[in-house]
Amino acid sequence: MSAFSALIARDVRLAFRQGSAATLSVMFFFLAVMLFPLGVGPEAAILARIASGVLWVAALLSVLLSLDRLFQADYEDGSLELLALSGLPLELTVLAKCLAHWLTAGLPLIIAAPVLALLLDLPAKGLAALLLAMALGTPSLSLIGAIGAALTVSLRRGGVLLSLLVLPLYIPVLIFGVAAVEAAIAGLPSISHLLILAAIALAALVLCPLAAAAALRLSLE
Amino acid sequence: MHRFANPARFLRITDAVLPWSAALTIVLLALGLYYGLWASPVDYQQGATVRIMYIHVPAAWMGMMIYSLMAIASAVALIWRHPLADLIAKAAAPIGASFTFICLVSGSLWGAPTWGTWWVWDARLTSVLILFFLYLGYIAIWQAFDDPTRAARAAAIVALVGFVNIPIIKFSVDWWNTLHQGESLFTGHGSEIDPTMLRPLILMALAFTAYFITVLIYRVRAEIIARKLRVLRLSAIEG
Repeated sequence: MSAFSALIARDVRLAFRQGSAATLSVMFFFLAVMLFPLGVGPEAAILARIASGVLWVAALLSVLLSLDRLFQADYEDGSLELLALSGLPLELTVLAKCLAHWLTAGLPLIIAAPVLALLLDLPAKGLAALLLAMALGTPSLSLIGAIGAALTVSLRRGGVLLSLLVLPLYIPVLIFGVAAVEAAIAGLPSISHLLILAAIALAALVLCPLAAAAALRLSLE
Repeated sequence: MHRFANPARFLRITDAVLPWSAALTIVLLALGLYYGLWASPVDYQQGATVRIMYIHVPAAWMGMMIYSLMAIASAVALIWRHPLADLIAKAAAPIGASFTFICLVSGSLWGAPTWGTWWVWDARLTSVLILFFLYLGYIAIWQAFDDPTRAARAAAIVALVGFVNIPIIKFSVDWWNTLHQGESLFTGHGSEIDPTMLRPLILMALAFTAYFITVLIYRVRAEIIARKLRVLRLSAIEG
């Protein structure tokens, strides 16, 4: 097994064994979505109208909250330095950790989304588009978030700073993710929005590991 | 470029530039305000409200230009470890954030009588608001690190990542919704603005640029002095 896949397997295993971090982010996703019917009121028509936006915003916040898991623990116990010294380029280390983060923080959200869509009365026509858009959009969230996580890893109170840095960069994913679902509900083709989400994901796949690795080198000095 | 990497030379050059840029700021600002507030006609639709534009539009230009300058300076700092580029980017950020804030507030004041609302979630307004938060994030990362050299490199990464994202954000919010006026100055077939209104606009834009250069020089000089003080204090502690 190559170092790359070994690192992914290690991170996924750690995420599932340490206090079930993956289920925690799904629980946050559920709770955040649950607040909206309580805040906005339980009318089905309103909830159906805002369902796509609510699901996306909750998914965004849930990924944001789990970003500290990317590098924090490894930085604190020193294993990040060992990873940086290993033969694997730091960019690929970052990529492996992003993939593991997506498997444990992004993928569970996609699995939970249909249930929440049902609770919010999301029109059935939009469900396929929602799942596709989340499948294409959430990897970008992990990758973009890695830059913020790497920059704030050595800071004592990095949490709020992390959201200030990362949330403005999440906006395009949110806009096109919601637009894809809205288009599908309106009976329009949502393929163009999905293609843009895929384009953002591909660009993030290339650029974000570079930026995040540069930020990590800074923290490891 | 590396000729200007020496802080002492920078201080010498700016000593010569500073009085001129400061005088230019005052003259251009006085002319721009005179033409903007008195010697220009009222708009046939907007009335005297149009005068807000002479502040709003140049402030929006400055907000975008200063972020681009910060991104270029950050790239220079990361690639060549140019010691002054970091300081220029750091010193420019609060000025850019202020111009962006002025742009948002003046746009809001203009929108209330003209559009009938203080704020709309329109593409341009939203992207300027995001630009403002990018500025705040950049300023916050400088403050988050104790060691200035590490803060400089982290901030440079933040500025560049934000710069790559600005076109993406702009593009996405443009598709999302729009109410703001289109471009009327750089249209490809000449300006659509009447010369009497174009004059104060250009004068104010030049005045803002001169103001930016003046304040930037002051702030960079203050940064250089602060760095010197820090080094002196640290060497005093280490004996």
